[in-house]
Amino acid sequence: MEAFNYRKAGSVDEALVALNGADDGKFLAGGMTLLPTMKQMLATPDTLVDLAGASELVGVSRDGDTIVVGAMTTHAAVASNSDVQAAIPALAALASGIGDPMVRNRGTIGGSIANADPAADYPAAVVGLNATVNTNKRSIAADDFFLDVFETALEEDELVVSVSFPIPLKAAYRKFPNPASRYAVVGVMVAQSAEGIRVAVTGAAASVFRADSFEQALSADFSAAALEGLSVDSDNLNEDIHASAAYRANLVGVMTKRAVAAC
Amino acid sequence: MAAAEPLNTGIGDSVTRVEDSRFLRGLGNYVDDIVLPNQAYAVMVRSPHARATINGIDTSAAAAANGVLAVLTAADFSAYGGLPCGWQVHSKDGEPMTEPKHPILAEGAVRHVGDPVAIVIAQSKTLARKAAALVDVNYTDLPPMVDMQAAVADGAELVHSDTPSNVCFDWELGDEAAAEAAIASAAHVTRLELVNNRLVPNAMEPRSAIGDYNSATGEHTLYTTSQNPHVIRLLMGAFVLSLPEHKLRVVAPDVGGGFGSKIFHYAEEAIVTVASKLVGCPVKWTADRSEAFISDAHGRDHLTTVELALDDNGKFLALRANTLANMGAYLSTFAPAVPTYLHGTLLAGTYTTPAIYTNVKGVFTNTVAVDAYRGAGRPEASYLLERVVDLAAIETGIDPVELRRRNFIQPDAFPYDTPVALTYDTGNYQATLDLALERTDASGFEARKAESASRGKLRGRGLACYIEACGIAPSNIAGALGARAGLYEAATVRVNPTGSVTVLTGSHSHGQGHETTFAQVVSDTLGIPLDNVDIVHGDTGKVPFGMGTYGSRSIAVGGAALANALDKIVLKGRQIAAHLMEASADDVVFKDGQFSIDGTDKSVGFGDVALTAYVPHNFPLETLEPGLEETAFYDPKNFTFPAGAYICEVEIDKETGVIDIVDFHASDDFGNIINPMIVEGQVHGGVAQGVGQALMEGAVYDSNGQLVTGSYMDYCMPRADDLPNVTVSNHVTACTHNPLGVKGCGEAGAIGSPPAVVNAVINALGDFGVKHIDMPVTAHKVWSIMNAKNA
Ligand SMILES: Cc1cc2nc3c(=O)[nH]c(=O)nc-3n(C[C@H](O)[C@H](O)[C@H](O)COP(=O)(O)OP(=O)(O)OC[C@H]3O[C@@H](n4cnc5c(N)ncnc54)[C@H](O)[C@@H]3O)c2cc1C
Repeated sequence: MEAFNYRKAGSVDEALVALNGADDGKFLAGGMTLLPTMKQMLATPDTLVDLAGASELVGVSRDGDTIVVGAMTTHAAVASNSDVQAAIPALAALASGIGDPMVRNRGTIGGSIANADPAADYPAAVVGLNATVNTNKRSIAADDFFLDVFETALEEDELVVSVSFPIPLKAAYRKFPNPASRYAVVGVMVAQSAEGIRVAVTGAAASVFRADSFEQALSADFSAAALEGLSVDSDNLNEDIHASAAYRANLVGVMTKRAVAAC
Repeated sequence: MAAAEPLNTGIGDSVTRVEDSRFLRGLGNYVDDIVLPNQAYAVMVRSPHARATINGIDTSAAAAANGVLAVLTAADFSAYGGLPCGWQVHSKDGEPMTEPKHPILAEGAVRHVGDPVAIVIAQSKTLARKAAALVDVNYTDLPPMVDMQAAVADGAELVHSDTPSNVCFDWELGDEAAAEAAIASAAHVTRLELVNNRLVPNAMEPRSAIGDYNSATGEHTLYTTSQNPHVIRLLMGAFVLSLPEHKLRVVAPDVGGGFGSKIFHYAEEAIVTVASKLVGCPVKWTADRSEAFISDAHGRDHLTTVELALDDNGKFLALRANTLANMGAYLSTFAPAVPTYLHGTLLAGTYTTPAIYTNVKGVFTNTVAVDAYRGAGRPEASYLLERVVDLAAIETGIDPVELRRRNFIQPDAFPYDTPVALTYDTGNYQATLDLALERTDASGFEARKAESASRGKLRGRGLACYIEACGIAPSNIAGALGARAGLYEAATVRVNPTGSVTVLTGSHSHGQGHETTFAQVVSDTLGIPLDNVDIVHGDTGKVPFGMGTYGSRSIAVGGAALANALDKIVLKGRQIAAHLMEASADDVVFKDGQFSIDGTDKSVGFGDVALTAYVPHNFPLETLEPGLEETAFYDPKNFTFPAGAYICEVEIDKETGVIDIVDFHASDDFGNIINPMIVEGQVHGGVAQGVGQALMEGAVYDSNGQLVTGSYMDYCMPRADDLPNVTVSNHVTACTHNPLGVKGCGEAGAIGSPPAVVNAVINALGDFGVKHIDMPVTAHKVWSIMNAKNA
């Protein structure tokens, strides 16, 4: 790891000032992704701006029909939060299935979505539940946030402040973990709300995507049986030593059916 | 005198592990925990290419970097030899194996990703790592030989340009003509091609080494993560660096798992030893996990074609197995022995097959060296045998349990000479099979299968009857077969004046629990509490020359040496006691820590005898030396042969192919058992590794020779929640030729479980007509097979 400057920010404003004052600064959240990358010298920022002291970024609140999760809220905190458990149990369950206890006690929702790993779990929740990502500059709709592999709509000096999840009528997440890493080979969030049905798929492609044909079928008939015979096109799906595109396509179907059945 | 409370720390007692107190509290002392004054840190520069020539190495920038003490390349090691191979195999034409040089640092060429090219020594690890990035190696990249079949094909590029081919040896065992004749005329022949997948050992503690040269005494000390410090002292001192043994001390303190990978002499050990003298301070190197993946010797990696000939009644007539065994780029310390003498000799299994022939070609490839890994050759033998037997059962329609029974060596047939050079001293394969069947409710399987089906799951049941050979020996025979070392073990029992006992053993514990088990042997024999016994191992400066721990040899060979040394102690103790009681030594009996004379009330305690030995005021000095310390070297008369029956039940999710092990039972015959709890733990660990091999683990190289599975992101280690609740049972036939009647239990789990698991999966997939799936049998493979059939 290269030497770097460490700045601890006490607020969002301090964080932005510190970042803008650095040549090549990066926000540090849980460090679960950033620090290993730095140890491998794949990233060599000259300054880390630690967000841990910015208390406005931490915590979960219920605001009417919305659950707002602060960017620095850990996976463990989301998983065990009683408001989340009551309003969107699928979100609590998703958070409880990320990594291992160490990762869940350090890793944050802001870090996870800013990082936009194609195999991460949270993107399925953000898109599936039609969340809004609130930054220091603007509010970004879920469908516009994740762009590509490790690529989001965030600008260089844009900080995720919180994520607002509208409370769905029902929702469920099903994940097929990579046997080695336990990241998602395929993860599917199915949600039904007043606006309609959403099926968001993570792990399978370069970035989280919505399975349109599944959403249409489920809109007509919200049952696993309605998905019989449907499949996602495997052409754009990932292939690696763990799963071929065809296997991933199958898993998208199976995980969606199981999520529907669990709703 | 009131009867003493029973100690309950003897042979057969499940004593909790003495060493766990320090391990669980984080008080273990591993090599990387050792910080010597003025210590410097080494970082290796490793090849990013699988095969390349080195046109030049520019170390100037690295040498000039902040905090750097030295940058060393092959040129700095020209005075020294290469890393030796400890076992020479001969090809079937009588020629010795090809033994290309294994340089300490790459000399003009690199042969696998991770091949060490240079070493940077600096004041801190960070400075060393930064400087290492400045070492400029000019490579010409060449197309690598990754695939074994390509490597043995005519005109293949040579891994070592000074060798005639990539075949290291072309070895055979058994009667080729007899096997051929039987196969040609048999009523039925089952044929199978299979891969025994390459595994990365992944001990929890990565390798580490510290070289510490004392310029005042001229003595080198090497602290290293080793399973056998004396072997390292011998190999490195005598063959690589030409250091006299009395000036070289090798210490292997607490070692966090080895599984074979820490048997071998590695370049880094020689490098830090030399470097410490050069730079004038201790030099430490510790691998990180990524480095371990490309520098620890891997395991397994066989490609085998096997044929089993049967008569109309299912009696095995002949077995023929032809194997390509990957050696990797260089010969690691015991590599040639693994697919030959530890594999071919096991091909009779537990069966009476009269004709057996095997041909094994060791193959060089541009991959990390392959050597012994938990089971070493025996898992490969057990796997090919138990897979082909299971397939034969399917093909002949004979029940797999019945087929095995028809071919078992009978309990009254021992000692039994196999056609592949071994003599099994004892065993009862029917007994462990019966136990396993009973414990797994064999007759209830169909009902369980129907119940699984009602939940959309395919249920399968698999059996494997393994045998293995532990405590490799005797030394003279091993020597005749190519071993370049002896295979005895040494133990010293030092009774201290106040009656406590220090045992110095050449065995080495790196997780096995010797400090408990060996102490139990002492407690049992001398009748003293466990607290009064210390087991010292892992330091050539303290313990007599021993061969270390591998091949499940510790209790069978090291324990036997200990038992013999204890016998000498008791013998001398009786003489001292006889003097104290004014009796004849012949009349003195020793029991529960008391020397007494039968039929009298005379008795003297072990502690009094010990004190008398060291304060010999009332002592037969004319006939007996004072002191109470004895050493025994034990050379085994034969291997020991643990065997058993493992049964696995799986459920397969039809939609995803996910395999869930729902039941696993291990029924073993380990001979006498010293500590049942520790033995059960060894079986659990072995089964975990076997299940890992069967379903999850597998090193994958791409065609460029890059290790795709180079981290835990892709290399799938089994976790607790991947494993079933393993139950165990034991049937004992005591080993006939060692003093404790023990056989060894360290590897059995990893030997018996892979075929049991794969057989269960194939059984579950019966409706799909699948003959075989290569390990690791992943959900992805199973799903693909189910869906290829449907399509
Ligand atoms: C062993 C292991 C297993 C894992 N398993 C899983 C898994 O199963 N599923 C899964 O989804 N993830 C998994 N992860 C990833 C984990 O969820 C990480 O916590 C997450 O990816 C990053 O979160 P972090 O808080 O640690 O962010 P950091 O590592 O601190 O930061 C990651 C990136 O986000 C940026 N960033 C952080 N916070 C903000 C913010 N508020 N605004 C803008 N940018 C920001 C940082 O600058 C950095 O570029 C695993 C990680 C590990 C180490």
